[in-house]
Amino acid sequence: MSDLALIGPILAAMFAAATPLLFAALGELVVEKSGVLNLGVEGMMLVGAVCGFAVTVQTGSPVTGFLVAAFAGAATASLFAVLTLFLLANQVATGLALTLFGVGLSALIGQGFVGIPLEGLPKLHIPGLTDLPVVGQALFGQDIMVYLAVAAVPLVHLFLYRSRAGLVLRAVGENHTAAHALGYKVLRIRFFAVLFGGAMAGLGGAFLSMDYTPMWAENMTSGRGWIALALVVFATWKPVRAMLGAWLFGGVTILQLHVQGLGIDVPSQLLSMLPYLATVLVLVLISRDVARIRLNAPACLGKLFHPDA
Amino acid sequence: MNRRTMGKTVLGLAGAAIALSVGLGAGMGSAFAQEKLKVGFVYVGPVSDHGYSYQHDQGRLAVEKALGDKVTTTFVENVPEGADAERVIEQLAASGHKLIFTTSFGFMNPTLKVAKRHPDVKFEHATGYKRAENVATYSGRFYEGRTVVGAIAGKMTKSNIIGYIGSYPIPEVVGGINAFTIALREQNPKAEVRVVWVNSWYDPGKEAEAAKALIDQGADIIVQHTDSPAPIQTAQERGLWSVGQSSDMTRFGPKSHLTAIVEDWNGYYVDRVKAVLDGSWKPIDTWGGISTGMVELAPYNPAIPADVVKMADQIKADIVSGKRHSFQGPVKDQSGKVVIPEGKSATDEQILKMDWYVEGVQGKVPK
Repeated sequence: MSDLALIGPILAAMFAAATPLLFAALGELVVEKSGVLNLGVEGMMLVGAVCGFAVTVQTGSPVTGFLVAAFAGAATASLFAVLTLFLLANQVATGLALTLFGVGLSALIGQGFVGIPLEGLPKLHIPGLTDLPVVGQALFGQDIMVYLAVAAVPLVHLFLYRSRAGLVLRAVGENHTAAHALGYKVLRIRFFAVLFGGAMAGLGGAFLSMDYTPMWAENMTSGRGWIALALVVFATWKPVRAMLGAWLFGGVTILQLHVQGLGIDVPSQLLSMLPYLATVLVLVLISRDVARIRLNAPACLGKLFHPDA
Repeated sequence: MNRRTMGKTVLGLAGAAIALSVGLGAGMGSAFAQEKLKVGFVYVGPVSDHGYSYQHDQGRLAVEKALGDKVTTTFVENVPEGADAERVIEQLAASGHKLIFTTSFGFMNPTLKVAKRHPDVKFEHATGYKRAENVATYSGRFYEGRTVVGAIAGKMTKSNIIGYIGSYPIPEVVGGINAFTIALREQNPKAEVRVVWVNSWYDPGKEAEAAKALIDQGADIIVQHTDSPAPIQTAQERGLWSVGQSSDMTRFGPKSHLTAIVEDWNGYYVDRVKAVLDGSWKPIDTWGGISTGMVELAPYNPAIPADVVKMADQIKADIVSGKRHSFQGPVKDQSGKVVIPEGKSATDEQILKMDWYVEGVQGKVPK
């Protein structure tokens, strides 16, 4: 097999590898746009992963599994929301605690589900299109969740930048005092944003446990929640850039495995480092220009809000 | 202050969650009758991993079954390698356990530290090399299993490309790749091995990605030296062969799973507990292979032709009888230089320090 023929499979694997990151990053992006920093993505992904898996094993229905996963992610997020929004706990500490909590809770729930195999989702096959060289498998040979993740990108974009609700959400994230003075329910809006973030993280986790590697294993997200968090900053809080970032992260991951398999003498550690290096670079670039940070980062990100203050 | 107390509660909750996942099953042994020997086991992963720690726990259960009237056992799972390990081992020693098995390489120094403080307690450390008056070491010659698997792969491959997923480039794993490749090319001189390192023992997502990459490059058999069954699922999905690791992984890919290299500690654990009971225990180093039963192969896939099964059984028998060695000369490295001359086989020290590939492996060992 010539090396050029590998481009198709690499592209196909890249889109799949990017999917859990994309789900989680889009959710977190909306959360941060509302002015809340939830570092608990990893924990919510794990809870979503184990709940989705458990329900699918019990009911045999992946649709129910994914719905429950989204619900479980949102429920975990609601814990964070109650603590930080209504009880004014520190967001960073609570988010970290949520990750630790999610790791432990998912392991506890998953105890009886280790070692059970599950069928993954069926892959799309359109005769003619899927068999196209290079792009066929990548564009027309994935399963439904990969397409849903991509479809969520324009939806989130339209919501944030073309809808009134999105405008209000962004206003809350930029200046919660002003939004409050205008009569918007800052806490309620943030609460629902955090729930949405949890649901998306839950879906991302469930994609891993129900489809990507259809099995449950403790800690199986292996840091993908943290990559999703980095992606949001990398994307400067823009949904389309988050998608490109997820593809880049996924692509480099797959590429470095291929480089190793082909026996090309490049240290694999260097290649795995590249996406993170890119994130640092983007951070440095946007930090150089104060105006650009003001334009992109939600001004009230991570700040606590009390209606009476 | 509302805010501060809440923050503390949350951290406390998280702490409790960690303690829960780390400490389940710990320190429960003291309620039993005192004349029984208390035996402790420390695992790096969850018992439910159906891999490395699961196999050790099978050994613990074998001890209970064989000697249940004379011993009680305790285990602590999910113990991180490092400072926490010392605390857990110390707790076991302090609570009256007289024999303690610490089952991961990273428990080596904590085990020796605790052993120094408790000269009356006997310790057994898996896969390490430091011993003391009251610390024995043990490990398996898993490369012998890889020789058998390599020969089977040599007969079964059609594309002549084998994909090999490695965890970390340590001598145990590199030696496994070499033993596999030597046996593979003995059956099929045209076959080659492509290695992908995932830098983890357990990351299902990354292992699956590595398997996909190797398959896309033409590999038709996936061998792994990582612990999750994800590569087997991937191979099954693509309709190709795979080889399991640590325990029988057939149920993750019944059509794909050729066999698995199984670590069986049952016999060793029962023997060592017996030795403590009758006073014959010594701080020895045990490195057992197929002949001791420490290394086994999972049931062969029924789709493997009978003559290949016969060949595999013959190789197994030859290893047991000593007629065959996994690293039997002449063994050439990648440059074609003879490293192990004809008529000789690798010494244990050479195997324990292996950091080079044999002929037939693609790429270089990462430094």
